[in-house]
Amino acid sequence: MLKGSSIGLCVGALLSLGTAHAEITDGVVRIGVLNDQSGIYAGLSGPGSIWAARKAVEDFQPEKHGLKVEVVAADHQNKPDIGSSIARKWIDVDKVDMIVDVPTSSVILAVNQVVQEKNKVMIVSGGGTADLTGAACTPNSIHWTYDTWALANATGKAVVKTGGDSWYFLTADYAFGHALERDTEAVVLKNGGKVLGRIRHPFPGTDFSSFLLQAQASRAKIIGLANAGGDTINAIKQAAEFGITQGGQNLAGLLVFMSDVQALGLNAAQGLILTEAWYWDMTDENRKFAQAFTAANRGAFPTSAQAGVYSAVTHYLKTVATQKEDGDGAKVVAAMKATPTDDPLFGKGTIRADGRKIHPLYLFEVKKPSESKKPGDFYKLRATIPAEEAFRPLEDGGCPLVKK
Amino acid sequence: MTDTPVTFDRFTVNRVRILALLALAMAAPFVTYPVLGMTVLCFGLFACSFNLLLGYTGLLSFGHAAFLGTAAYVTAHALKVWELPTLPSLALGAGAAALLGAVFGLIATRRHGIYFAMVTLALAQMMFFVFLKAPFTGGEDGLQGVPRGSLFGLIDLSDDTTLYYVVLTIVVFGLWVIHRAIHSPFGEILKAIRENEARVTSLGYDVARYKLLAFVLSAGLAGLAGATKVLVFKFATLADVHWHVSGEVVLMTLLGGVGTVIGPMLGAAVVVVLQNELADKVGSFVTIIIGVIFILCVLTFRRGIAGELNDLRRRVLGDARSGSADG
Repeated sequence: MLKGSSIGLCVGALLSLGTAHAEITDGVVRIGVLNDQSGIYAGLSGPGSIWAARKAVEDFQPEKHGLKVEVVAADHQNKPDIGSSIARKWIDVDKVDMIVDVPTSSVILAVNQVVQEKNKVMIVSGGGTADLTGAACTPNSIHWTYDTWALANATGKAVVKTGGDSWYFLTADYAFGHALERDTEAVVLKNGGKVLGRIRHPFPGTDFSSFLLQAQASRAKIIGLANAGGDTINAIKQAAEFGITQGGQNLAGLLVFMSDVQALGLNAAQGLILTEAWYWDMTDENRKFAQAFTAANRGAFPTSAQAGVYSAVTHYLKTVATQKEDGDGAKVVAAMKATPTDDPLFGKGTIRADGRKIHPLYLFEVKKPSESKKPGDFYKLRATIPAEEAFRPLEDGGCPLVKK
Repeated sequence: MTDTPVTFDRFTVNRVRILALLALAMAAPFVTYPVLGMTVLCFGLFACSFNLLLGYTGLLSFGHAAFLGTAAYVTAHALKVWELPTLPSLALGAGAAALLGAVFGLIATRRHGIYFAMVTLALAQMMFFVFLKAPFTGGEDGLQGVPRGSLFGLIDLSDDTTLYYVVLTIVVFGLWVIHRAIHSPFGEILKAIRENEARVTSLGYDVARYKLLAFVLSAGLAGLAGATKVLVFKFATLADVHWHVSGEVVLMTLLGGVGTVIGPMLGAAVVVVLQNELADKVGSFVTIIIGVIFILCVLTFRRGIAGELNDLRRRVLGDARSGSADG
């Protein structure tokens, strides 16, 4: 049995050496949705992303293109070693060709290595580390929906332009928070705004009252939340208790999403300013997608990360169908970069040499409960950041793939 | 609860069992996925080192993640930035963990019971903070892309199956050290401390020194596990120093059988395999399933897997000798 299988492996290896031309390995295109299904990013990505990937496959109608597509999914529990070993096993044993979603920066960077080593494809939608299109970029990865640099930059710029010209930062006191604060501050100053002060809170934080009181006393128009996850949620809730928004100040979240707003409720989140790549109530196509999504996901509304999974899987399948190739990951990614993207949710776009997907970003303000007319009616649009200004300039990222 | 003297009969039984387990471990890469096997081995060694304290000395440390993580960061830094060879990097990692263990031990062993656990937890949280803030650790992103290097400059470790046997050798070495420690006069005194500390003191032994030594040994071996884990995954991240890991190791040890040499290895195997294998089958229910298994373990088989197996063997063989389960 053992001997038989190893002979089989050798024969298989010889055969694959012989057939170097384009092909669909083992006849099936397998897409693995790797994300957090039980922790803090389960709302942002989680089961909704799996649904979005399956929906993208269904809408693509693979049989019409002569493809057979399967979607598998796993919970990486926000642990890099689990994420990395699932990715390895998926690629080696289960013949997965593309891994999508992947929130949590440490897991992204771990899976990134595995995918490059095995020459497959990773498309990140739920995760945000801007390193993926910077120092850690590879010919096998694409960053689809957003990144931390883009959110900080877009929020800083658009808020100043729409009148929020004085800022006070509430920053998580570790490398990530500092970087977020530094990037945003630079943009605010560059666009003619001013920064009245900053306060650093311990990470992870639970009691933000004294920090919020100082921020309130600064009389800055905008209180920038340079933190993430549970810290941001706690800060927003406590700010609502202090009536900061009613006092005429606005909170600006630098890393907040629709799922957080949904969890907080409009009472606590009203007046919060944030940047997203996608919102369900913007076009008819989006609304149609959202309707199917809410029906299948117990009333939850799709997040930008989940819509990004749909958009990414669609573009991937289109490329695989035209290239007739899913085995050579770098080749597929190169073809994906060469073809402009076009799908019902994100519309037309492009993918840059460093793997950055380019599309507009939107600055939203969370509605007051009285302004919300229907379930999921959370945002009013404050500004649109055009695609060419939304992301970090190609030459600033330091991606080794970009020729200087 | 005194240990039965090792009779020839039992000695042979043990030897046969050890050889059988070793053969199983050697054959594992042909039937399972090597990376999963290596993860089990690393966490197994980690749990066994923890068990040296809990099972044999009666000290519940709730800060063992600090040793696993410190060694991981030191080894990763040595391999990636200082570009040292593989074995010295591993030794450096384990050494750093042992040193940290000496510091923790000096402070923590002054207290007993829950206070001991709280002190170790507090110190481990301090280490988490250090690694979160230290510039060389890469914060939340972790130290990524660590090269595996080669063994003596001869054997390339980039192949998973080759690395598996190297990891197996390291882990067997670690288990051998634990086995030797437990079955030495030093180990007898540790067990005596577990049973009745006051009596050991009254016999004239310096209990504090024995405890400290056990703590350092345990920390060093936990460090060896953490350092080896870096070779497997090629990164060191904050997840290794998080208190979740300190909790998981308690779970692994209790599930496998506290106070048995091989039990924690079995417990680690169950937890790691469930975490990995269930991840793409049941999704978000992984944590719930592991929780239920733990509750069942505590309610129905308190001696853990190895403890219950030992008990079963004794009953089947009609061996009426009472002895502590140290198989």
